[in-house]
Amino acid sequence: MNWMYLVPAMPFLGALLLVLFSKKIGKTGVSLIGCGSVGIAALVTIVAGLQFMNSGLQQFSLPLWNWLSIGSFNIGITLHLDALSLAFTFVITFVGFLIHIYSTGYMAEDPDFARFFACMNLFVGAMLMLVLADNLLLLYFGWEGVGLCSYLLIGFWYKDPANGAAARKAFIVTRVGDTAMAIALFLLVQHTGSLQLTDILAKAPTLWTAGDATVVTIAFLLLGGAVGKSAQLPLQTWLPDAMAGPTPVSALIHAATMVTAGVYLIARTNVLFTMAPAAQATVAIVGAVTLILAGGSAFVQTDIKRVLAYSTISQIGYMFLALGVGAWSAAIFHFITHAFFKALLFLGAGAVIVALHHEQDMFKMGGLRKSLPGVFWVFLIGSASLAAIPFVTAGFYSKDQIVWLAGASAQGGAGYWIVAIVGAFITAMYTTRMMLLVFYGKEKTHVHHRPGLSMMVPLYILAVFSTLAGFIELPHTLGHVTLLSDFLQPVLPAVVTAHAGTALEWGSQGIAALLCLAGIYIVWRVLPIPFPKEVKTFLKDGWGFDAAYNLLFVQPFVQLARINRKDVVDSLYAGLAAVTKYFHRMMSATQSGILRWYIMGIVMGAVVILSVIIWRQYTI
Amino acid sequence: MILFLFILVLVLGAFAAWLSAAWNKKLPRWIALMVLVFELAMAAAFWADAGGGDAGWYVTFIRPWMPRFGISFSLAMDGLSLLMLVLTFFLGTLSVLVSWNEIKERTGFFFFNLLFVLAGITGVFLTMDLFLFYFFWEVMLIPMYFLIGIWGHGNRLYAALKFFIFTQAGGLLMLLAILGLYFIHGQNTGVFTFNYFDLLNTPMAQETGRWLMLGFLIAFIVKLPAFPFHTWLPDAHTEAPTAGSVILAGLLLKTGAYGILRFVLPLFPEASQFFAPYIMLLGAIGILYGGKLAYAQTDFKRLVAYTSVSHMGFVLVGAFSFNELAYQGVVMQMITHGISTGALFMIAGSLYDRLHTRELDKMGGLWPALPGMGVVAMVFVMASLGLPGLGNFIAEFLILAGSWQAQPWITVAATIGLVVATIYSLRIMQKVFFGVSLREYKLPDLSLREVLMFIPLVIVIIWLGVYPQPVINTAKPATPAVAVHFTSK
Amino acid sequence: MITSTTAGLVLAGILFTMGLVSMLIRRNVIFMLVSVEVMLNAAGLAFIVAASRWGQPEGQVMFMFILAMAAAEVSVGLALILQLYHQLKTLDSDEASKMNG
Repeated sequence: MNWMYLVPAMPFLGALLLVLFSKKIGKTGVSLIGCGSVGIAALVTIVAGLQFMNSGLQQFSLPLWNWLSIGSFNIGITLHLDALSLAFTFVITFVGFLIHIYSTGYMAEDPDFARFFACMNLFVGAMLMLVLADNLLLLYFGWEGVGLCSYLLIGFWYKDPANGAAARKAFIVTRVGDTAMAIALFLLVQHTGSLQLTDILAKAPTLWTAGDATVVTIAFLLLGGAVGKSAQLPLQTWLPDAMAGPTPVSALIHAATMVTAGVYLIARTNVLFTMAPAAQATVAIVGAVTLILAGGSAFVQTDIKRVLAYSTISQIGYMFLALGVGAWSAAIFHFITHAFFKALLFLGAGAVIVALHHEQDMFKMGGLRKSLPGVFWVFLIGSASLAAIPFVTAGFYSKDQIVWLAGASAQGGAGYWIVAIVGAFITAMYTTRMMLLVFYGKEKTHVHHRPGLSMMVPLYILAVFSTLAGFIELPHTLGHVTLLSDFLQPVLPAVVTAHAGTALEWGSQGIAALLCLAGIYIVWRVLPIPFPKEVKTFLKDGWGFDAAYNLLFVQPFVQLARINRKDVVDSLYAGLAAVTKYFHRMMSATQSGILRWYIMGIVMGAVVILSVIIWRQYTI
Repeated sequence: MILFLFILVLVLGAFAAWLSAAWNKKLPRWIALMVLVFELAMAAAFWADAGGGDAGWYVTFIRPWMPRFGISFSLAMDGLSLLMLVLTFFLGTLSVLVSWNEIKERTGFFFFNLLFVLAGITGVFLTMDLFLFYFFWEVMLIPMYFLIGIWGHGNRLYAALKFFIFTQAGGLLMLLAILGLYFIHGQNTGVFTFNYFDLLNTPMAQETGRWLMLGFLIAFIVKLPAFPFHTWLPDAHTEAPTAGSVILAGLLLKTGAYGILRFVLPLFPEASQFFAPYIMLLGAIGILYGGKLAYAQTDFKRLVAYTSVSHMGFVLVGAFSFNELAYQGVVMQMITHGISTGALFMIAGSLYDRLHTRELDKMGGLWPALPGMGVVAMVFVMASLGLPGLGNFIAEFLILAGSWQAQPWITVAATIGLVVATIYSLRIMQKVFFGVSLREYKLPDLSLREVLMFIPLVIVIIWLGVYPQPVINTAKPATPAVAVHFTSK
Repeated sequence: MITSTTAGLVLAGILFTMGLVSMLIRRNVIFMLVSVEVMLNAAGLAFIVAASRWGQPEGQVMFMFILAMAAAEVSVGLALILQLYHQLKTLDSDEASKMNG
């Protein structure tokens, strides 16, 4: 495990090589370095992971070097491996590797091939630092690093100013959340004198009692960072626009990995959230509200990638809900399955988009079932998983666990359960709508380019995992497998259930399954769904959040900047200068150059002085 | 002796460069380059030798100058001075490279001024006699005035004059305060001296101390510059030749920060604490206001100039939070800001070379033509918005983590500055390198000289981001006692 | 009662005022110079009167000074006037106003 440092180091090295030598090595070289570095990272992860599991250790840290050391404040560049980070590392490297392979086909025609892979490698490196960080500052390093890569990749096709705007929006909106997170770090430094995660989590119960104002503030601020990165309410607006990037980017960054960093952060600091019930309840509420709102928006989109983007927001909402009700491992379970099936869906969508010559409007697709059968089947598997078709899909097991625990856990309740089940219903509906629009009906655009092997193989592999990944954790009622939650046990406490019962659980599952099938059936029958036009526009624009933020924050700032471009403070000094100049002109006017005026001046002055003297002589 | 040599070599080099121009117009730049490389090597060797030592003062040099008035030619170096010297010579070397082809007229006099201003800065960083400090403070002012006024752009005379008047006015206040301190110390102890070490712990009335402190402080925050004394800076930076901007942003501003750390805090501990909240507030206002103005600019150099206002606000916030983290952050910020802003000005200069404009609206879509410069610009834009992994992040994080313990709400405002920094920084990339190009550019990417300039900058900013410990260790023994009044738990 | 001293001082005063007024109203530089001479002589007369009143020699000494100074002044003044005339082709003092602010 001592060469675990290779896991983040390889992608960084790959990025460096690609930046320096992009012109000399050609496309093959770029592909080799780009995919190879992530591939090696994935291999190392698997080997190190196996070693770790065999070693029986609960955690393993690998100090690389000392980053900062000031007085008693020490921060090391230290990698930390435990069950949670291993799960994330595995998904990042493995899914990342598949997406890299896919990209060699998807981006083959792009002139900026090398830049793309450099950014992707940099992203993988930063993401790995995020999940392997031993302390919050290093985590923050990865956190901002993935933000940078997300910015670079959303704006990858920089010629279109709209892409640049979307990229900046993503960076700035997430930075708002990051600012909150930074303040949480300051608080932690102040109160614990450390940013080391194990340190903080160990000290927290001794420093504060549950519900203490400080720990609640910290948890809320961390949540601020998490909602920014994970595109949850109220900072969700950047993710749909982020679809401006190439599709593999959407798959890797905006579906599988980066956007789940918030989930990772909350799971990682679960002790703090447990001690701050108000904050944890807020996590659940944020998740619940987000999953409904985003689901509604996904329902009316016309752009296939935007459907998937809103669906991502909604699915992460599920993860937040799970975190909020204390079902930590359920959130991670859903993260894993979601990473597989959402990456699959995005990559499948990418294959469709390339086949139709960069057409993303679903209403111009249709009937692709015949012309792209391979893509159709994998997309079907992915959609089934997203819609959570009972018993055969991974999405069913992971989402069902969340639905069940939303109601059954000690912090859960009927309200959460209803929201979760309604969300599942909506998910099934918009997924079916997407399938129908894209693959059924009449063919509207002719397929001109079939995806090659480099694109199809990753899709097949992901399709397999989208199904199999569900079986690492099965509910009591259906087989009772607890591989994942046992594995995560040392890091994430088990969920405390309050309203459990086999009958109840059966009921929950039955209702979820029924609603899912009902949703599919309804959409199948009544497409296109009749919506009032206003409602449709409102939903499509993401419930008016963008417009509100524009009015509340963007416009005031821009207007203020426009009005005060010349710096009002400077006019203060300019005014001072003007007053001086005015006096200067006044005084210089007396210097007329006419001799007799000067004499007159002397005379008048003498007269005045004399009169004063005389007057004083005679009055005193 | 080595300390005196630092200044002497620069002064002699300055005259040599001037005289040599009569012989050959290209000679001055070679002389300047050699002088600065020599100085850099000397300082680096000294650092390698002394680095991390626990000694407060590495070396001192004292010769009587005007003993009658208690004035001596007194130089001394501790970790802070050493770091500042290395930065001075590093950026000095780069600013010679920057001017390599840019300056075509009166090269001799240009490099004379360049070296002379560096000599003044070196003196400021080394001297431990207040009279001598004032002397060097003025010495660095006049050559800078010429650099802006003679080799600057369009509105150069206005900018040079504004720069001169602002700094001079501040300097005069400082002179008054120095004299006040001198006489008070003389009356109270019978010893009339300008020596820094003797003047520490001068007994004086609380009220007097506060007034004197304000005299020093205003001189330094004009130079820094802090809101609301910042308005000379955009003009001076914008109109100055590239080397002038680099030295202004990279070094001259640092003399203000250095002055606060070296003189204001140790000489007037009580007054500093009394005024600390107000000064930190000014710093936070500067961060936000500077950032907002940076966003509004259309001139590349002007934009970068306002980012300096924003970044130097952090220095003010950190210096007055009396905390070791913040103190280390301030030292770090002085260095990293010098490097990142210097680099951005160099990029502006290189772009001006190629496009003959500084207007952002006339740029755009330059990435395909200048990928190398794009990557470099991306690095420093990211540094400027405080991306972890680059030096500026360490600085800003330490400052904010430290100041949080003193003034949480001001820190929150300063932290919001990070969002503003993102907004204006990304605007640079968008306006210059992304988007559609207005015409098909056939521009040369980085030349060998530019590669030689930018590569060290990139390496240093990353080095400071991932392994800042050497700097922290060097600065640590120089921490003034008052700066760590509140230690972290 | 008008003593000789008073009369002398009044005469000096009248002379001085005449010189002053003519200095103010004349534009010709030569006349202005003459007016200055009149004022100087008025001052000299005042010294003489004062000296005779107190029976002291200093007043006459002062008059000698004034005499010498007036001579020097006239020679310099005339030279300047000559130059002025060369430059401006006039003796009007208002024309020589190039040194305005």
